[in-house]
Amino acid sequence: MSQTVDVKPTSPPARDERLVRRSLLSRLLTRPEIGALLGAIVIYIIFFAVAPPFRDAGSLSTVLYVSSTYGIPAVAVALLMIGGEFDLSAGVAVTTSALVASIFSYQFTANMWVGVLVSLVVALLVGFIDGYLVVKTGIPSFLVTLGTFFMLRGLNLAVTKLITGNVGTNDVSTIDGFNSAQKVFSSSFSIGGVQIRITLLWWILFILVGTWVLLRTQIGNWIFAVGGSAPSSRAVGVPVDRVKIGLFMAVGFLCWFTGMHILFAFNTVQSGIGLGNEFIYIVAAVVGGCLLTGGYGSVIGAAIGAFIFGMANQGIVYAGWNPDWFYFFLGALLLGAILLNNWVRQRAEAMR
Amino acid sequence: MTTTETAAPLVRLTEAGKNYGNIVALQGVNLEVSAGEVTCVLGDNGAGKSTLIKIIAGLHQHTHGSYEVEGQPVHFNSPREALDHGIATVYQDLAVVPLMPVWRNFFLGNEVKKGPRMDIPFMRKTTKQELLDMGIDLRDVDQAIGTLSGGERQCVAISRAVHFGAKVLILDEPTAALGVKQSGVVLRYIIQARERGLGVIFITHNPHHAYPVGDRFLLLKRGQSLGYYRKSEVTRDELTALMAGGAELEELSHELEQGGAESAAAAKVLEEEVHELGIDRVSSGDNK
Repeated sequence: MSQTVDVKPTSPPARDERLVRRSLLSRLLTRPEIGALLGAIVIYIIFFAVAPPFRDAGSLSTVLYVSSTYGIPAVAVALLMIGGEFDLSAGVAVTTSALVASIFSYQFTANMWVGVLVSLVVALLVGFIDGYLVVKTGIPSFLVTLGTFFMLRGLNLAVTKLITGNVGTNDVSTIDGFNSAQKVFSSSFSIGGVQIRITLLWWILFILVGTWVLLRTQIGNWIFAVGGSAPSSRAVGVPVDRVKIGLFMAVGFLCWFTGMHILFAFNTVQSGIGLGNEFIYIVAAVVGGCLLTGGYGSVIGAAIGAFIFGMANQGIVYAGWNPDWFYFFLGALLLGAILLNNWVRQRAEAMR
Repeated sequence: MTTTETAAPLVRLTEAGKNYGNIVALQGVNLEVSAGEVTCVLGDNGAGKSTLIKIIAGLHQHTHGSYEVEGQPVHFNSPREALDHGIATVYQDLAVVPLMPVWRNFFLGNEVKKGPRMDIPFMRKTTKQELLDMGIDLRDVDQAIGTLSGGERQCVAISRAVHFGAKVLILDEPTAALGVKQSGVVLRYIIQARERGLGVIFITHNPHHAYPVGDRFLLLKRGQSLGYYRKSEVTRDELTALMAGGAELEELSHELEQGGAESAAAAKVLEEEVHELGIDRVSSGDNK
């Protein structure tokens, strides 16, 4: 081949004549959360039409409450998924956090807040161990967290029984600091006669923080990068291991928060709860447009996914349908959402 | 053959080698690159090119010999350390994240911050300008880098390394997956990088790409140096013959000759090719 080596500097052309100004709609369609948003609107309309009680503001508040209890951990689960990893232990980790706080404060007659903080340390430690094992062994997080899932499940039951002699914990409502902790984690207030649970506000806060971190900060850039291609990220100096461990710890943190809510909402904790919830967090994230393979997704999408779950969960009750069918609907919803996401993404890419 | 010069070269390997356990991946390699020079590393698959660049880039450590950067012996434990010494590597897979926008890839690992958040408008603008300086005019720096062509992606990776102050640029087979035209574009960037005063280590198995842009040539075979030449000491045809293993091709053609009429025809073609190898295909690209 003949090699000409004259380096001609390219002069900047007039402003991007090749770029057709895209409409708001077509720009919207390239967002990862668009499929979830369309799905949420459709489901809302369906329940609005078939279930008269669903139309109440009070019902919407309940739906939002249920959504928030799943949506809070889903924020971190979505970030983790964008970072290319799974956490199957998230559901039982919520229960572990609640159990630790409850048992610690009760057994040591400590202030409730001490139990809450001890629980936080434990939750972060569990997240750290999950993350550390994943990055150091190179074993897929699906397997590592499957292991920790069973371990935590066994610990929840065995340790609770060992200490309390029961499958549940003792009522903690008389312990010092219970009231102030309950205010933070599980109180409610009313706006215009509608009861709003405080978890909804926390959820919104976590969504905003999560989205901001993901889209506007260096950490967010690294989360996308380690999920999109860990070797490439490492090659340009991104601390891949630290990002991934941090994400597992973020999941631990929001599981702890949810666990605290459960503890202060019910005063006692049953050691067997939380099983299967990890899948609901993952469903919320996937419905919300997170790619299973990492590197793509959105926190807002996961929030919409959790809202869809909350609507379906409560809507079936309001519509008077047999709740036995709930999980069938959930599964169908998941498949439908994934198909819709794929279709929308292909259309969006074709449009670019 | 190491040449002694007054100023220490940016990178110098002396009798460098690397063992993986009992496997000798690289042995007794000498290489140097100075500012404004292109050193080409040529070799077939498994010749040790990857091991060599991994040592220079800090992914692996050499087990024998010495590695000096600007006269100082070094032993890098991570690519980050090499980067801090101004040695940047553009890998075959380019170290880009396909799903991420071009500007996010450009600044990945070197994000510009404004308080706790990133200065996104600045990063977008800079990416666009840097690519323009390299002669790529992107429609949209927000498009996923995976949607760019191979050559464009290569150039994003090169301009990224240049922007972040690389003094030595290691290019791992940048033209391997590219068509003729795109390869030409990439070779132009190599020359551009050299003219900006960078030292370039250009890994390739194509002597037609190496000869026009290179100042020194290191040939590797089975983990050993087959020869280290300055441009004045070797012609393109010699380089090509060494690279292609002309002797081996000839041997192969003899074997084929003994295998019936059809094989003999193939052998004849092969033999002709050996003789024509590299001749009258490329005009001299010497631009000194």
